[in-house]
Amino acid sequence: MDLLLQLLASGVVTGGIYALVAVGFVIVYKATGVINFATGELMMLGAFFAYTAMTAARAPFALALLLAVLAAAGLGALVERVVLRPLLGQRAISVIMVTIGLSSIFKGLAQMIWSGEYRSFPPIFPRAPLVLGPVILPARQVWPFAIALLAILVVGLGFRFTRTGTAMRATADDQQAAYAMGIDIRRVFSLSWSLAAVTAAVAGVVVGTIGGISPQLGAIGLRMFPVVILGGLDSIPGALLGGVAIGVLENLAGGYLDPLLEGGGVKEVVPFAALVAILMIRPYGLFGTREVERL
Amino acid sequence: MLIGNYQETYRSDEALLRTPAVRGWMAALLALALLFPFVAGDYLLYLANLMGVLAIAALGLNILTGFTGQISLGHAAFMGVGGFGAAFLASRLSLPFWLAVPAGGAMACLAGVVVGVPSLRIKGLYLAIATLAAQVIAEWVFVNWTSATGGIRGLNVPPARLLGLSLDTDFKVYFLVQAAAAAHVWFAANLLRTRWGRAFVAVRDRDIAAELIGVPLFRTKILSFMVSSWYAGIAGGLWAYFVKVVTPENFPLSLSIQLLAMVIVGGLGSIKGTLFGAAFMTLVPEALKLLVGALRAVWPGAQAYLFPMRDVVFGALIVAFLIFEPHGLAEVWNRIKRFFALWPFEK
Repeated sequence: MDLLLQLLASGVVTGGIYALVAVGFVIVYKATGVINFATGELMMLGAFFAYTAMTAARAPFALALLLAVLAAAGLGALVERVVLRPLLGQRAISVIMVTIGLSSIFKGLAQMIWSGEYRSFPPIFPRAPLVLGPVILPARQVWPFAIALLAILVVGLGFRFTRTGTAMRATADDQQAAYAMGIDIRRVFSLSWSLAAVTAAVAGVVVGTIGGISPQLGAIGLRMFPVVILGGLDSIPGALLGGVAIGVLENLAGGYLDPLLEGGGVKEVVPFAALVAILMIRPYGLFGTREVERL
Repeated sequence: MLIGNYQETYRSDEALLRTPAVRGWMAALLALALLFPFVAGDYLLYLANLMGVLAIAALGLNILTGFTGQISLGHAAFMGVGGFGAAFLASRLSLPFWLAVPAGGAMACLAGVVVGVPSLRIKGLYLAIATLAAQVIAEWVFVNWTSATGGIRGLNVPPARLLGLSLDTDFKVYFLVQAAAAAHVWFAANLLRTRWGRAFVAVRDRDIAAELIGVPLFRTKILSFMVSSWYAGIAGGLWAYFVKVVTPENFPLSLSIQLLAMVIVGGLGSIKGTLFGAAFMTLVPEALKLLVGALRAVWPGAQAYLFPMRDVVFGALIVAFLIFEPHGLAEVWNRIKRFFALWPFEK
């Protein structure tokens, strides 16, 4: 029973971080119809920005996080302007491949700048673990989770209540109508990429503080797919729920099934098995919009 | 300079190579390909074999993605099925290679059907993600199904034997691989002129409209998946004989992406382009290696940057081609050809 609770708890913690990345992913998809395969690499770069600020410039953690967020926002806008905009409205294959190409560039650049070595953040959070009855959560998981939740909350509220957020939702809803109402669609596209890069950067920093960083950190981006497919590619509440569900599923599978198989790796594969099942039953996810095609 | 192309019989009108000039160039190419192994060293032969194998797989992917419009991020998995299938049959059941490789292709074909079935329900980006899942799951199966695949250590493949000759060197494998590649190119070129090939293109351009005019959508998509994964399976099987050992690490997601990159760089929906793409994407890392080797004299630290530089160049090529040359090398080739078609009378 204790094992179950422990697994559930760490599943929720992982899920919170997944949810944060998934929110950025969904924002880009809603606004521009692009599936961002470079999400993981944006996480990795964000983590390295913060790491560099902390080690080279000896900035305190909060400042480093802020710097990483700003740098990521700039990078997101740049990527949108230079790479994505020329491909607006192109076939699915082009849009997929261009983000894959980007991820390869980012990975290579990171390795050139920071080398392939594995690094860990200087200690940041207080060490006292959080004790909830039988479940003990180490501090290095609780704090990241709290940061992830806070970031989701900020993005969610901003999306709901600010003028820019409203413009972004309007664009996602109906691009032509939004354009006719005087919303600058191009600015919305660029903002959504910035926002996606920012959420990825925060998630990257948070993941980095848990397990250290290296240019290979980006591989985690693949795990976004089960999350966003479960929730629906264009649903923010879906991203939250999907994140937590996949986080929990992954940890349960890792805890109970992994010891049974000598090869291991169940933790990585189970979310994808779930993904296939979801696609077969409900291709548009739990909360996604059902696409209706007309000729 | 080409003035006209007059065909007087249906037979000559339907030929793949329609003018004497084209036939002449083809014959020259064939002669060069036959001469090549006698002058080239081991390293060049190895590259040529690698190119041949990857060209077959990329051609299959282009049939699926470029001609039928179904994106697959799992083609390395199909190659893996073919590779492990052939290796298993050859090493455990000691089947000769001319049975093991096609049998591996058939297994990949079946895998293609399994992955292709959902394609009626989901398409576009969602299908891409489904094939990504297939890739991840297949990799896991390769590692964990130890009794069939040998797990992480993989399977050793005995050299192919043909007419009492053991194909154990790159020189001998060259003829096998290139013959297979030529046969598959020929088949693809013909397939796309048939009823089914036209159906592929119709499905790509507008699947609902295609169904309305009587193209059986489901059967066409499944057939495309089958043909495509057969190509990948054959490539996997040949690769197994060529590198003599198959391990799960031979078929990672990055290989799927590399195949897609070949198709993009070469030209979506172009057979010629696929061959260019396969050659180009195989040669670029080698050229980088040479460059870094040359730089080492003046900059000793260059070696450390080789691998990251490969990633950067690889990504930059994909991005640059998509933005500046979306029809790929095939279009570049056509431009050059058009220039010479009227040369020297028009600039």
